[in-house]
Amino acid sequence: MPTTIIQPNKKKFKKVKVDPITLDIIESSLRSTRFEMDAVLFRTAMSPGIREQNDEFPMIANSDGKMVVGQFGSFIHGFIDAYDGTLEEGDIILTNDPYACGGAISHLPDWLILLPVFRRGRLISWVAMFGHMTDVGGKVPGSLPTDAESIYEEGIQIPPTKIYKKGKMQDDILELILHNCRLPHWNRSDFNALIAACRLAEKRIIELNDRFGDDVYYTSLEKVLDRNMRAMHHLIQTNVPEEKQYFEDYICDDGVGMGPYKVACTMWREGDKQIFDFAGTDPQSISSVNFYLNPEMFKMFVGVFMIMVFDPQILFNDGFYDLVEVRIPEGTILRPIKPAALSCRTHLLGRIFDIMGGLLGQGAPDYLSAAGFSDSPHFMYSGYDKKGDWYQLYQIGFGGIPGRPFGDGPDGHSLWPDFTNVPNEFLEAYFPLRIETYETITDSGGAGIHRGGNGIRMGYCFLEDGKVAIHDDRWLTYPWGVNGGTPGMRSNKIMVRVDGTTELLPAKIDNVIVNEGDILYFNTWGGGGWGDPFKREATLVARDVDRGLVSVEGAKAYGVILNKDGSVDEKATKALRAKLTKARGKVELFDFGGTIEEIKARCKEETSFDPPRTPVFDRRVMHLSDKAMAAE
Amino acid sequence: MSYRLGVDVGGTFTDLLLINETSGATDMAKVPSTPEDSSVGVLNGIKRVCATAGIDAKDITHVMHGTTVATNTILTGTGAKVGLVTTKGFGQVLQIARSFVPGGLGGWIIYNKSDPLAPLELTIEADERMSARGDTVRKLNEADLEKKLKALKKRGIEALTISLINSYSNGKHEQQVRKVAQKVMPKIPISISSEIIPEMQEYERTITTVANSYVRPVVAKYINNLRKELKFRMKSVALHVLRSDGGLASVDTAENMPVGLLMSGPAGGVAGAIWIAKQAGYKNLLTFDMGGTSTDVCLVQKGVARTRRETTVGDITVRAASVDVRTVGAGGGSIAHVPELTGALRVGPQSAGAVPGPAAYGAGGQEPTVTDANVVLGILPDMAKLGGEMSLDSKAATTAVKRVAAALKMPIKKAAQGIIDIVNENMFGALRLVSVEQGFDPRDFALVAFGGAGPMHANALGKLINAWPVIVPPAPGVLCAYGDATTRLRDEASRTVIRKFKETTDKEVGKIFKELQEKAAKVLDAENVARKDQTVSYQVDIRYSGQGLVLTLDVAAKELKAGGLAKLSKAFDKEHTQLFTFALEADHEVVNLRAVVQGKASTVKARKIKKGTSTPVKDSKLGKTTLFLEGKDRPATIYDRGKLLAGNRVAGPAIVTEMDSTTLILH
Repeated sequence: MPTTIIQPNKKKFKKVKVDPITLDIIESSLRSTRFEMDAVLFRTAMSPGIREQNDEFPMIANSDGKMVVGQFGSFIHGFIDAYDGTLEEGDIILTNDPYACGGAISHLPDWLILLPVFRRGRLISWVAMFGHMTDVGGKVPGSLPTDAESIYEEGIQIPPTKIYKKGKMQDDILELILHNCRLPHWNRSDFNALIAACRLAEKRIIELNDRFGDDVYYTSLEKVLDRNMRAMHHLIQTNVPEEKQYFEDYICDDGVGMGPYKVACTMWREGDKQIFDFAGTDPQSISSVNFYLNPEMFKMFVGVFMIMVFDPQILFNDGFYDLVEVRIPEGTILRPIKPAALSCRTHLLGRIFDIMGGLLGQGAPDYLSAAGFSDSPHFMYSGYDKKGDWYQLYQIGFGGIPGRPFGDGPDGHSLWPDFTNVPNEFLEAYFPLRIETYETITDSGGAGIHRGGNGIRMGYCFLEDGKVAIHDDRWLTYPWGVNGGTPGMRSNKIMVRVDGTTELLPAKIDNVIVNEGDILYFNTWGGGGWGDPFKREATLVARDVDRGLVSVEGAKAYGVILNKDGSVDEKATKALRAKLTKARGKVELFDFGGTIEEIKARCKEETSFDPPRTPVFDRRVMHLSDKAMAAE
Repeated sequence: MSYRLGVDVGGTFTDLLLINETSGATDMAKVPSTPEDSSVGVLNGIKRVCATAGIDAKDITHVMHGTTVATNTILTGTGAKVGLVTTKGFGQVLQIARSFVPGGLGGWIIYNKSDPLAPLELTIEADERMSARGDTVRKLNEADLEKKLKALKKRGIEALTISLINSYSNGKHEQQVRKVAQKVMPKIPISISSEIIPEMQEYERTITTVANSYVRPVVAKYINNLRKELKFRMKSVALHVLRSDGGLASVDTAENMPVGLLMSGPAGGVAGAIWIAKQAGYKNLLTFDMGGTSTDVCLVQKGVARTRRETTVGDITVRAASVDVRTVGAGGGSIAHVPELTGALRVGPQSAGAVPGPAAYGAGGQEPTVTDANVVLGILPDMAKLGGEMSLDSKAATTAVKRVAAALKMPIKKAAQGIIDIVNENMFGALRLVSVEQGFDPRDFALVAFGGAGPMHANALGKLINAWPVIVPPAPGVLCAYGDATTRLRDEASRTVIRKFKETTDKEVGKIFKELQEKAAKVLDAENVARKDQTVSYQVDIRYSGQGLVLTLDVAAKELKAGGLAKLSKAFDKEHTQLFTFALEADHEVVNLRAVVQGKASTVKARKIKKGTSTPVKDSKLGKTTLFLEGKDRPATIYDRGKLLAGNRVAGPAIVTEMDSTTLILH
């Protein structure tokens, strides 16, 4: 049963004439309301992930639930289909359950607030916002257990719940939830902040309707959506071929010793429609690296990606959704079946962007970017300090943006919208840490006409005994290069103990015990290179060497030899470039750094770790995929 | 008799406004700016304005001025070659910045980041370490530093920035590094972050201090020349500079903290617009300042300009309070061109600047500009004079615009109209950005147009954005100078002091406030502002412990004596609830303390003009002309603004001229 929305006022909205100025005012005002929501949340939230790194996303949708402003597309339809209850003025929904909202949020730390906006007894809009809480209980601090075998180990699950009923807060429920979290005062503040941000948007929307009338508001939103649909229609017709394009990429492992996991996608156009089919994707994992991919969210990714590449002037919203179809087979790592664990979905969520880039770029290599920083690696540190107080940090790492048709990839940046790093001084002021180094890793960006950005080396010196957790990827597979560009350097983690011994840590690990004085070097990966590195202007390579971004040795990947004073040795460079060009032969579209088999064979030697075992899958899921194959 | 002088140094012109402190009578002058050394233009202007007013320069007691010198230095990339000293392990603080990629989801695909203001190759790392609490973790290795500084010196740096980790908490190491640097490079100006902006967050503190170093030599040269020359010409003149936040600063402060001047020019315009509109009875304004190279717009609500704690110039954002002005590269000097590839007509952002300027200025400019198009259309009539003395070369303007017309295969007047339409559209975008896009309805605002070119475009912009009325102040070309001349002296001192309320006392906070007040007051003392004329206000930035950002609350000095913190807690909870709908049981935390000291407000009043009837007096009509508007030639009347009286109605199309500008009234 879908949701029943109680609207005392049965009058339907009317399409009316809207002058262009009013239309612009309404659209712009909603857009700035979205930024106001962000501002309220940043100012009042306590989880550093939300506050400093902007791991939160607001959305405003029309009365039909189509997103008008926001980033990740609307999930209102998914919610309405799944929520079997009533909804009326004054109700506010809280949920963190991916399985109950079609993956609108994709793991338990993301708390989603959904607020239907009513005016004069009619639903006029939807407002929603989610933010990543530092902790929601479960088996490990930070609630992202790599080795969880089911969602029951990952913290408290909140099905879609009316946390406000007809304007009244359900305190008992909130207290029950907070009781299950390690930092209840943070969750309380973050929760309040989410509510406050949504309330503000509600107020702004009602003001707009007071000013212009419900029908003008309704019509304007329709028009804004329609504008986007027409623009995307044109983009799809001109840029998406009818013949099938295929691309696959991987996440390296599942944190319990198996991997890599394949994501396969085929794309083509049928008439007006662009179709993405994920058939061939590996079955769901027995650990928590599964990513419940909401098809609507994926549509938004696609739309944004195409708009950015082909025509950045277009504003995006949900208007074009009917033009894209996404098929994700059930039981795969992108559509896991409950109760599969989901907490560590970040790696696959990021990898989707590399896959989309590879898929959409094949037909138009000039627009193809290399593989980028397609992840949000996590670092967590917690314990009791000398005064007996609990401390708990959750932080996201950054790395190399890939070489792109438009230029070099920035060093140590974020691929995610609006993310920023936590100032190191902030970390040191509030956590028992000292940051020994915060710099980019020389030579970690792939070589190319446009260099891939370097990854980051962050050295955490621990000032208290405690435990850390690391969630990272691309330690095995490479951030690939394109059009002759070479792959970026992979990630690794080095622990230097206070006694001077050094150990390498795996990319995904929880509960590592650290002592005061130990230093962890968290090294992220670089972006792949774009275009033939032997054609990069040699003086640019010399400049990068002078800046310490590329080493003298690393310059040879560009075929560049430098003199002692740092200038280009023109003669030697010319000779080396000729030699290397010849030795390389034909330039391939993609450089993956070898096949999976080759990479696995070199794994022990290069990374000191044994290659992950070939994944074994859940019987129930295998059964499903057999059926799917038979059907094909 | 004593006079105060407002001076606005813009990219193209330097404007001066002389105010008789007793009568309020004004005289003005406009002279070309001299970008290679802006003080030359200022001095030329002073000579001119004194001659016009028939006074001796020695009678001027106050010179207050706004300057775009700092801004232009950043925009044109002509600042100093800045070396940077960071803590070991943090040399790439500007390269990484905040890891932020603008443009939303997928923005990384097209984002190209510009190089840091202090290049990586000119950045060295000092081996030292301070803790967050301000304790020394590792002493400074001076020998190592000296070696690195010597190498840096060899690279020919012109300014040095020192920004070490946690220096907001204890600046001792920065001072030590400065000592070593002064020894190694005694002639190089040094900015240290714990003095420029002692606030937490290493990237923001570093970029702000680097920007300070970057513009400092240029600003210092300018200010020193000016100070020297003024001393020579005037007896005991007080020279002040308008800061980005709209307060006046002493020249010493300005010279040491030029990063606070990045919005100085625009702030003067906004202050002038607020002042003049207030006299006319309007408090909700869109200010529209169209100069030679760019246009600045700002939204003023209830007589107060929106301000923010940071200033953005180009793609650099620094921590310095400023009036929230948005700028587009569209002005009278914007060059029109037709790219071969697309065959479209583009206007700007390239500008003919002050030299050679538009073709119509007859100073050797060949490129067709917006001003030239206005000449071709008849909007800038032959009789209009620029700055009183420069006359227009309409033949040169026609020749220049003809080239665009030929490329477009269009009659010349149509092409000229196209240039105007496009530049208007660009400025319309900027006005939308501060109004509609912030949720304000421009229909509730008056448009105040000024700057040399503003009044020519104001009517069209007013129509486009639906603002009412359009106000063109008298002497619109020197409105910034008006703002400069009517603003108060102001200085503030702040410090980051992170303490939970329960870990501090009213007494401790009161003591810090006193120190800060003393610091700020001394700056005003030095300007001969008696303590009894100084107004002091305190501000506390507060948050719930654990929150990221802060709310700024004002606190009275006497409140701190008894239960001040307790009252602040309550006030914060109230404010928090009002803004965000909830308050928390959490601990309150002090983040920054700030003392603001201001001098006396100016008493200058606008002069009233005589009342007339609805029909303008006959001798206000200077003649008839023909304007090309909306596709055809139309007869129009030219009026002399000086002869128009209060209450006169002028039917469009018409041109109203005055000494420094021309207003177009549409039909």
